[in-house]
Amino acid sequence: MADTTKTIEIEVLRYRPEQDKEPFFQTYTVPFEDDWSVLQGLQYIKDDLDGTLSFRWSCRMAICGSCGMMIDGKPRLACRTFLRHYHPNKLRVGPLEHFPIERDLVVVVEDFIRKLESIKPYIIPKEPRKLEQGEYLQTPAQLEQFRQFSGCINCMLCYAACPQYGLDSKFTGPGVLALMHRYNADSRDGGRGERMALGHSEEGFWGCTAVTYCSEVCPKDVDPANAINQNKMGSAIDYFLRFVAPRGAGK
Amino acid sequence: MTRSNAPLVWSLFGAGGVLAALVGPALVFVTGIAVPAGILMSHDLMSYQRMFGFAQSWAGKIIILAVIVLFLWHAALRIFHMLHDFGIHPGVASKLICFGLPFLCTVAAFYWVLPI
Ligand code: SF4
Ligand code: FES
Repeated sequence: MADTTKTIEIEVLRYRPEQDKEPFFQTYTVPFEDDWSVLQGLQYIKDDLDGTLSFRWSCRMAICGSCGMMIDGKPRLACRTFLRHYHPNKLRVGPLEHFPIERDLVVVVEDFIRKLESIKPYIIPKEPRKLEQGEYLQTPAQLEQFRQFSGCINCMLCYAACPQYGLDSKFTGPGVLALMHRYNADSRDGGRGERMALGHSEEGFWGCTAVTYCSEVCPKDVDPANAINQNKMGSAIDYFLRFVAPRGAGK
Repeated sequence: MTRSNAPLVWSLFGAGGVLAALVGPALVFVTGIAVPAGILMSHDLMSYQRMFGFAQSWAGKIIILAVIVLFLWHAALRIFHMLHDFGIHPGVASKLICFGLPFLCTVAAFYWVLPI
């Protein structure tokens, strides 16, 4: 195949804490075909050029959310980005911004996981339900309330895109806030009260300054900026209404 | 988690944003281009007498105040957030300028517009 003769230069950020004082870029020349993703380019490097390179991946089809990285300065999924778009120029690959580097392209994700757990990302039933009551029924309109926001694959691209998270990681951040909305907006769920103490705070929806780059980079069209904006409106109404009609803390 | 007081300014910001989007461009066109240049509209649409009468009515006062005050708060919060994005983080000084100034202007607007 004639295609295989094409090559592209990939500059990869390297950092192995036990031997490198600081991160540096290493350049590899990779032969590729038109349908090769950046992830395939990295796999070629690891398999054929330099086995010491570390990066995360699993599904190769934009489902698992593990291959997020900075590709020419933009947060992208490596398996969903094609080398041909950069050829004949070289491209630069680095770990997701705003996260500490664990090794090469692998970042430390504990902060994200802790936040994800903190919003109880599961349906909390309104009341205990007996088996005889059968399954929950939902109308298409009720489904539409949250469907878009349930597409999140926890890839953290939006965290690398969010200047607020970069400035102060106390901010819960776009993806997790969109998921908070996803569960709050579900007609089967009764956990809104437990989640909104965080939602109403400066670390929650109010930490967002509406830059909306998160929604631009999201590979799943979740539109976290939209989820946050809807919740600012809800939280503001609640802020004033609670003086008129108190409904218990955190509601 | 302490509840944020952001809704206070944010609701003014939101109202200003909606108003700006709805009437901003039209206002610029009418007051800045159409009337002064006499395109589509005559010069005396905004003659002194007419505008004076407009500002004397309650509806006129409310519209004038809404446009001045809400636009102002919208801009103030946008600048406040933008400073943060640029690395000038919320502090006494930025709050004083970004919220104190529009507050003074709001008071001034009411002080001058109401008695007309
Ligand atoms: S909201 Fe989008 S960008 Fe953010 S973690 Fe979820 S899928 Fe990734
Ligand atoms: S490898 Fe699963 S999203 Fe890219």
